Amino acid sequence: MNVFRFMLHNHEQVLELTLEHLRLVGFSTLLAMLIGIPLGIGIAHWPRFNKPVLATANIIQTIPSLALFGFLLPVPWLGARADRLAILALTLYALLPIIRNTYTGIRGVDAAVVEAARGMGLTESQLLFQVELPLAVSVILSGVRVAVVISVGLATIAAAIGAGGLGEFIFRGLAMVDDRVILAGAIPAALLALLADFGVGWLERRLQPR
Amino acid sequence: MQPAATSPVIEFLDVSYRVADTQVLSGFNLQVYGGETLVLLGRSGSGKTTSLKLVNRLLTPTSGDIRVKGLSNKDADLIRLRRGIGYVIQDVGLFPHFTIERNIGLVPKIEGWPEERIRVRVQELLQTVGLEPGIASRYPHQLSGGQRQRVGVARALAADPEILLMDEPFGALDPLTRDELQREFLLLQQRLHKTVVFVTHDLREALRLGSRIALMEAGRLVTVLAPEDFLRSTDPLAAAYIRAFGEGLESAANRGTS
Repeated sequence: MNVFRFMLHNHEQVLELTLEHLRLVGFSTLLAMLIGIPLGIGIAHWPRFNKPVLATANIIQTIPSLALFGFLLPVPWLGARADRLAILALTLYALLPIIRNTYTGIRGVDAAVVEAARGMGLTESQLLFQVELPLAVSVILSGVRVAVVISVGLATIAAAIGAGGLGEFIFRGLAMVDDRVILAGAIPAALLALLADFGVGWLERRLQPR
Repeated sequence: MQPAATSPVIEFLDVSYRVADTQVLSGFNLQVYGGETLVLLGRSGSGKTTSLKLVNRLLTPTSGDIRVKGLSNKDADLIRLRRGIGYVIQDVGLFPHFTIERNIGLVPKIEGWPEERIRVRVQELLQTVGLEPGIASRYPHQLSGGQRQRVGVARALAADPEILLMDEPFGALDPLTRDELQREFLLLQQRLHKTVVFVTHDLREALRLGSRIALMEAGRLVTVLAPEDFLRSTDPLAAAYIRAFGEGLESAANRGTS
């Protein structure tokens, strides 16, 4: 197994790039949650905004990733550092599943439960934090899970603009026509995706309301 | 029925409600007095649920005014108003992620009662609605339909509101459970003397539980009658109700004899 020998030999760099990769995915997912969950809650309560918001997120999703990285390159502060740019692009891609699942989760709360809660005099914020969010949490997390898995894959492309991560190995391997180097990036990336999928999935089941 | 001198607890003053092009309620005037069970009887779409939701302002009237304990609903603090009114609906709407204890104790909790007082109150209420104390730690999905609605009633009574709004609370239950809960409701009401507005389309239930019956049709109040007067009423709609409910029993009886 040449690949593993290569990885073992370069274990420091494998580790470094994996951590870089994690950093890209972690920051962008966090940002996407910070933006996407409130947006999803917003459009669940003001359905008027639901179409434009979801459509925008949808359109972003359809932009080819390499092109999006390219588009963002000339933006002043952002383009100055490749990792900033990569994190923003990954955040944009992660938005759709998070917004959509938050919206679906909140709208999916039994109407009778919401009516009873309002009727008994819960304030809107009590309704949100004590009833709607706890009941929607597993649906929201399944959106986060999709977003993370997509991000782990997409983040490999960020290496094309010099943002680092496991894509470094992949692009280098492609240039060198060396399968070992490609796989040294691809295998850890695949493992990361599986691990993230499993981890968030576990959280999702833990927090599942009865 | 009610002493004429006392002022009404709930008062509808020329209330209309329309949504888009549909006039759901028009020129609605009604007084509900302390300690009575006023039943709103009518078919689906007659405006009875709408009337109920106007009282705790889940809906806001297009015109007219509703006064609760003399205070116009427009001026009342929405949250305070609702916490002073118990609300029971057909689908119960228990919080599936809370235990029965937390379900019943939610309003006391957000009202800042101490834990111990809430616990005692929950136990007291479970007894009031005929449930065993052990049920407190269970979750709604572990209960039968009848038990769930008992919890629904207990939850509505938690902060001891003077007013109770009940929207077909027993409509989804099987006939025997319904009968049981109706009987217990009467016993409860003898003790608690809440001011109850009760929505139903079931004449039998209206006659059994109501101290007065407000008959509604197409968003208008047709007549308000005591149960004994309802049976003698010459009003065509009231007569139609009595015929419809009588016929089921009669035809069954006839089938038995022929």
